[in-house]
Amino acid sequence: MDIIIASLPRFFSATLVTLQITAIAVFIGFCIAIPLSVIRIAGPKFLSWPVYLFTFYFRGTPLLVQIFLIYYGSGQFMEQLHAVGLWGLFQSPWFCAVLALTLNTAAYSTEIFRGGIQGVPAGEIEAARACGMSGTLLYRRIIIPRAIRIAWPSYTNEVIFLLQASSLVSIITVMDITGVAGEIATRSFAFYEVYLFAAALYILIVYGVLWVFRRIEKRINAFLHLGSA
Amino acid sequence: MQPASETDRQHNQNTNTKDMQLLDLEGYGPLLLQGARLTVYVGVCAMLIAVFLGLIGMWCKFSRSAFVRFLADTYTTVIRGVPELVLILLVFYGVPTLIQDVSALFGRPVFVSLDPFTAGVATIGFIYGAFSTEVFRGAYLAVPKGQIEAAQACGMGRALTFRRIVLPQMMRFALPGLGNVWMVLIKATALISVIQLPELMRSADIASRNTRKPFTFFFAASLIYLAITIVSNLVQQWAEKRAAKGIRRV
Repeated sequence: MDIIIASLPRFFSATLVTLQITAIAVFIGFCIAIPLSVIRIAGPKFLSWPVYLFTFYFRGTPLLVQIFLIYYGSGQFMEQLHAVGLWGLFQSPWFCAVLALTLNTAAYSTEIFRGGIQGVPAGEIEAARACGMSGTLLYRRIIIPRAIRIAWPSYTNEVIFLLQASSLVSIITVMDITGVAGEIATRSFAFYEVYLFAAALYILIVYGVLWVFRRIEKRINAFLHLGSA
Repeated sequence: MQPASETDRQHNQNTNTKDMQLLDLEGYGPLLLQGARLTVYVGVCAMLIAVFLGLIGMWCKFSRSAFVRFLADTYTTVIRGVPELVLILLVFYGVPTLIQDVSALFGRPVFVSLDPFTAGVATIGFIYGAFSTEVFRGAYLAVPKGQIEAAQACGMGRALTFRRIVLPQMMRFALPGLGNVWMVLIKATALISVIQLPELMRSADIASRNTRKPFTFFFAASLIYLAITIVSNLVQQWAEKRAAKGIRRV
């Protein structure tokens, strides 16, 4: 127990690392996923096909393979990466971790938002068309906002999964909660105390994030509950 | 006779090497395939545990006792809040040390250690048992109430109703969910490589260290995972079609 109290500051900074990596990956992933999901549905074949392959690959393989491919695999292309000046980036575990998580969540979110777009009621699209909207305006004003609201519960799940999956970055030496727990545990041999504490920390964060996302859902989907509330 | 066949084989091997080079991966191809076999084996074992725990968990969630329901709810809530990696490390390193500490407390110091296979399969099965609990719960609720009432009206007890009426019907509703659980589970088995079980990921890791070609081997491993996913998908589609045979489509 003393070990945990003594290492509380380290766990605090580790929590920040976990949250930071997850937040960056979720934010960039979201920004990539929205256009990709539109391309997947409405884009020309030569664009939608690569997007499909991208989502298929990243959803069909374990995240650990993706992290290893980017972090260790980039070593095989050291000269080429050196030539374009990106080698420094790929040497950093932090960068590779964020890149892998971003691509992974982008793939899952693309499919989630694709489902959302397909779930937009046809009547709303017709109404928008009748008002004279088409193309980009129709997507920007009607379809995408509605699709995000429809997909929000599934997207919440995805964010929670990513938060937990971020524990894998400890394997490539990033000092997130799991990484710090591993280090303290192997030094002090207090394996179950430290890992139980880490597990409790994750539960706390997961249900905290869940609460925030439920609040957002209530807000953006408030119009659905007008009658009942 | 003997030498002739020997040269024959040599000749055959020579003609085959060109075709095999791509699959051989500098001699590490067989290692990867062995790893893939272990991955599938680990996945199937863990899935059996998960389904078993899922049925028990579902049974508990509909229990009349509030305490049992509370236990089942705690199981699913806690497990879904903790990363798999942390649980695997907790079980593999934590459980033996916990047992050692407790036994030392009673003045009988012992040395306990778990092997990676047992620890990995048990943990993955335990985690996905929580997910299949939720799948089975949803499937149970999807069975029309009238069916259960009819069974009770025929004089069947709770257990008999479950075995004869509910279980066969709810399996159909549970299939898509169980398929999803399997897809996530087989990818989660990659984490067992962290505790040195020589499954697909670990084999790829060993091969990439020895040849210094990490990209080649991790990419090959990812393609094997992809193949497992595709085959699982086909099996799932077949199973769902088969399970829906007796259903009247309106």
